[in-house]
Amino acid sequence: MTVHLRKYAWVCGLAVLFCALLIVTRLIQPSFGASGLESLARAALPFAFAAAGMAVVVIVGGIDLSVASMMAVCAVTAAVLMESMAGVPALVAVLALGLGMGAINGALIVLTRVPDIVVTLAMLFVWEGLALLILPTPGGATADWLQQAIRGFVLIEWLPKALVITVACAVLVWLPIRRNKLGLSIYAVGSDERAAFRSGVAVGRTKIAAYGLCGLFCAFGGLSLAALTGIGEPVPGPYLLASVAAVVLGGCVLGGGKGGLLGPIIAVFILRIIRTILTLMAVDPNVTTIVEGTIMVGVVMLGTALTLGGARR
Amino acid sequence: MSTTEPDQLSKPLPQQLGRYLRDNPMVPLVIFLILLVASLELMRPGIVTPFRAGREGLISTFWLGNLIKFAIPLAMLAACQVLTMLTAGIDLSVGITATVAAFVCATLSSVWGVTPAVFVALFCGLTVGLVNGFGVGVVRVHPLIMTLGTGLIATGCLQVYQRLVINAGSEIPAFLAWLGTGRTFGMPNGLYVFIPFAVFIIWLMRSTGFGRLLFALGSNERAAKLSGVRAWQVYLALYALSGLIAALAGLLYLGMIRQTSLSLANPLLLPSVAAAVIGGTSIFGGRGSFTGAIIGALILRVIDTMLTLLQMPEGARTALFGGIILAVTALYVRITGTR
Repeated sequence: MTVHLRKYAWVCGLAVLFCALLIVTRLIQPSFGASGLESLARAALPFAFAAAGMAVVVIVGGIDLSVASMMAVCAVTAAVLMESMAGVPALVAVLALGLGMGAINGALIVLTRVPDIVVTLAMLFVWEGLALLILPTPGGATADWLQQAIRGFVLIEWLPKALVITVACAVLVWLPIRRNKLGLSIYAVGSDERAAFRSGVAVGRTKIAAYGLCGLFCAFGGLSLAALTGIGEPVPGPYLLASVAAVVLGGCVLGGGKGGLLGPIIAVFILRIIRTILTLMAVDPNVTTIVEGTIMVGVVMLGTALTLGGARR
Repeated sequence: MSTTEPDQLSKPLPQQLGRYLRDNPMVPLVIFLILLVASLELMRPGIVTPFRAGREGLISTFWLGNLIKFAIPLAMLAACQVLTMLTAGIDLSVGITATVAAFVCATLSSVWGVTPAVFVALFCGLTVGLVNGFGVGVVRVHPLIMTLGTGLIATGCLQVYQRLVINAGSEIPAFLAWLGTGRTFGMPNGLYVFIPFAVFIIWLMRSTGFGRLLFALGSNERAAKLSGVRAWQVYLALYALSGLIAALAGLLYLGMIRQTSLSLANPLLLPSVAAAVIGGTSIFGGRGSFTGAIIGALILRVIDTMLTLLQMPEGARTALFGGIILAVTALYVRITGTR
């Protein structure tokens, strides 16, 4: 019971913090309104998907250093496919590709018995190289409707489309799994792999599925990246660091078994809005990096101190 | 191992071989390195063998020197990874620490003179290390997060600092350039720093109390603490040392590249982890050796040369590099039966 309370308390606290930061933004820049919110949600889109993917892997007790590279592969594939193919098949192909890459990561971890950090570190180079092979220089094109899909608002004037897409994708993919046997297995393997194995959980298959899910979210991230820029960019962006930061801020424990997807996604928005606030305050963008790093370290220190050193394996 | 010898003799050959390799994990690595160099020789005859006549001989010592020269900073950064991995940690801030040290040294040399600049650069590395050590040891943040965070902060600080000194210009200290690019008997001068350094690290790990504490904390942290080890002091000293080593590697790398940049040593970060892992250091702590990491760094450099010689597109090269790292590690895990 207290564990549940603590888990939701963390997420609620994050949500309150986000609202407070929104109010601060509004105070600093009175003209910050619907359009500001919309651009914030749009910029946060790839970060949110990277964080969601990383969260699944962290919950199962691993870590995936190759998220940014997988996103790059998906982005260039989308840009190349959409030049010649109709939109929907290309979309499906990219999602399948992401799922496949993630599953390959997971299968290699299970089959070779090499630590996950090392495998995904090596796969980071492999996927990066693959992205460069698909598209040596930035290029390609994305369909107009994809670019329009993340711009503007839906239903009412204060609800950005990008936000709806983030939430919809996360909910549609994660919630059925979370309620399913697979979700239970993922948390079980993350909490204690040996105990899960002895209780009859197929540990290997669960891990592969979790990494596959991470790949799927990376495919969403890559698609949003392609939609944001309109082209495919074969060089991985700064998503690895940002996603680890968001996952930890969002209440997942490195080592596994705890946390959810909602926390990390809110954390992404918090990190983005801090950037916006600092920009509005005319702070040097380089100082922003320092502030971000300090916040990340500070929050983790605070969280660790609160839970009395429980965050270390 | 002499007590187990009769036992070994009665077992079938493959198991004997497996046990032998497990006891001597360096052997397969060295064999692999020799195989790699041999295949390089086949690909481009004359690149290794110095006894071929004329200019070929010159080229070969040149190549060997170059290989060792560029493996040195990688091996030094790998030392940071080996030491931190012994306690089940990792230091992901070494790349940026090395870059900061190099940049600070290059920009301050023209203003304050060389000696103060070098000391300030080393001090920067020490500071980053102390912050890491404080976070990991005292507040008990996961090392991965802590070092990523300090790396991020250091990147920001470097960018702000760069704005401040943009007009000051930069100067590469002469003795660093001598260490980085000079040669004695065809071998790079960097070895003058690296050999004492390697001896020091191996001595530190094998025959000092500090080294034993690292192994003890990595094997079983709780047992070590119950035996009276003050873990936070060890972590603080360990990460401070790691920062200092990274700064030293950065200075050496500055002398080799002879250019300042805001991302000078950053590309070395992931290969340094790979070198440590290939060298048989366990990421879960308690097992590792610096000799292995040095051989790992050499292996990575030879693979790099090989892929460059094959003249493949950059993408294929990067992908193959990753694949080979994975294959080597997987094979190593299979052969020695450890992880």
